[in-house]
Amino acid sequence: MSETELLLWVRGPGLQIATVILVLGVVVRILQTIMLGRKVNLAAARGSAVAGGLRTIVTRSLPDTCTLQRSTFTVVAGYLFHIGLFVTLFLFAPHILLFDEVFGISWPALPTTVIDATAVVTIIALLAVLAHRVKDPVLRFLSGFQDYLVWFVTILPLLTGYIAFHRIGLSPPGLIALHILSVELLMVVFPFTKLMHAVSLFMARYYNGAIAGYKGVHS
Amino acid sequence: MSKDETLGEALRRQGISRRGFLKFCAATASMMALPPSMVPVIAAALESARRPSVIWLSFQECTGCTESLTRSHAPTVEGLIFDTISLDYHHTLQAAAGSAAEAARKTAMKENFGKYILVVDGSIPTGNPGYSTIAGISNHDMLMETAKGAAAIVAVGTCAAFGGIPQANPNPTGAVSVSDLVHDKPIINVSGCPPIPVVITGVLAHFLTFGTIPELDDQGRPMAYYGKSIHDRCYRRPFYDKGLFAETFDDEGAKKGWCLYKLGCKGPVTYNACATTKWNEGTSFPIESGHPCLGCSEPGFWDAGSFYRAISTPTEDIAKTAVYSVGAGAAAGVALGAMNRAKQRRAVETHEKVTIDDLEKEKQP
Repeated sequence: MSETELLLWVRGPGLQIATVILVLGVVVRILQTIMLGRKVNLAAARGSAVAGGLRTIVTRSLPDTCTLQRSTFTVVAGYLFHIGLFVTLFLFAPHILLFDEVFGISWPALPTTVIDATAVVTIIALLAVLAHRVKDPVLRFLSGFQDYLVWFVTILPLLTGYIAFHRIGLSPPGLIALHILSVELLMVVFPFTKLMHAVSLFMARYYNGAIAGYKGVHS
Repeated sequence: MSKDETLGEALRRQGISRRGFLKFCAATASMMALPPSMVPVIAAALESARRPSVIWLSFQECTGCTESLTRSHAPTVEGLIFDTISLDYHHTLQAAAGSAAEAARKTAMKENFGKYILVVDGSIPTGNPGYSTIAGISNHDMLMETAKGAAAIVAVGTCAAFGGIPQANPNPTGAVSVSDLVHDKPIINVSGCPPIPVVITGVLAHFLTFGTIPELDDQGRPMAYYGKSIHDRCYRRPFYDKGLFAETFDDEGAKKGWCLYKLGCKGPVTYNACATTKWNEGTSFPIESGHPCLGCSEPGFWDAGSFYRAISTPTEDIAKTAVYSVGAGAAAGVALGAMNRAKQRRAVETHEKVTIDDLEKEKQP
């Protein structure tokens, strides 16, 4: 298979396979979680569960002061790479073009130099969190194969994207093909690993907030 | 024109001034990224070079490459250098035909064995040899026979360099490139559909000056011309970096000369000198006249998807795939959820409550 053929495969059948696994997997897992349901609370409500749930979805987006002080590194590096991932994924012109092609919606892009710098910062932040995970004895003890796997499939698209943008090594079609392939790997792994948190975090926050809201207390 | 005449003599006889000649040498040196001190070396070498014998073989091609090289706006020094090489065989351009033409090829091969430059345009069919023959000789046999005595081979055009359109899916003739068949000779791929005229004269000038072939990239193309992508040298690049794109061929962006990436421009994956040397005596190149780059100097460009779709976009209808997946996922999710609930219910039903007595019992040995 030549590099051009590989590129055509990852843009066509490869992307289809990855999309089916990602979408099907995510929908199944969401429905399974929702259908598990919750026990009926027989106590009298002291507040609105729905309002509490919705509020918590938003409020938990900011770290509380205690956590920030106790684990400053985790919070800062974590925010850095999450924001970096968002910026590189959603504000790079060729990516927006992809969303435009698939969903028919587009938005303005950031200059490529900004994306380039963001990608470097994100890669450094991801390397730092890995170093932290390996160095910290407690974190290392708590980490399993899956934790390293999700780290790997997250940093891989960033690395291949950076290399493809700067065209280092292989020919450009080969580099773009590898970049798309690495994203497809991420899509395939997503529903079956902790990467699902990108979706399930909203459900978890809602449940926590709803419980507290029903009791009429802060979550 | 005598065979012993040097290139310098031939050019002077055709009215090229010393000044014009040196200008060409300087331009060639700068294009090949050589230091200015090399200009006199190039001039001296070209001046005293004997006219090299060139045999030009045309296989499965459209003659566009020959047109590109011979119809460059005359009289350029490039064109004249091209004229002054001893083009001993070129079945489109030569006057002789049939056995006389073949005799000319045989004579040139015999007289200059090991020294002549072989230029090939067009791909070579490996299916039925009858798909393409010249004077009853199959392309494959003629290439192998002529390649034996060549000092170097220049594969002109994407067909000769990579297989080109004859090799495009489903490749009915089993077309292959020169480098697929010849492995024991230096091969310079001058790809493009057609290639830029100055690139072939630059390659010839390099060969005449240094007696070696220029530095090549991983596709066998001269680095001096194919070292940078169209995208990197494109005057519309700032618009790409700013995220300003033409969406259609006649919108405001197109009129303002914004980047053509969204219209399928293959500039980011195409290596050629179009953006710097340009075409038609430096008038413009495709992107400058408002059309995205097709990527014609890259292997397999005919089969690399639509010319008008950007390289980062899917080739299939992914939205449809996603919608079907949501449907299938919903069905599977509800079924699995129902199974989970049934399991939950069974667990509740079969749950046996532990009494104080049970716990007391466990205490006893």
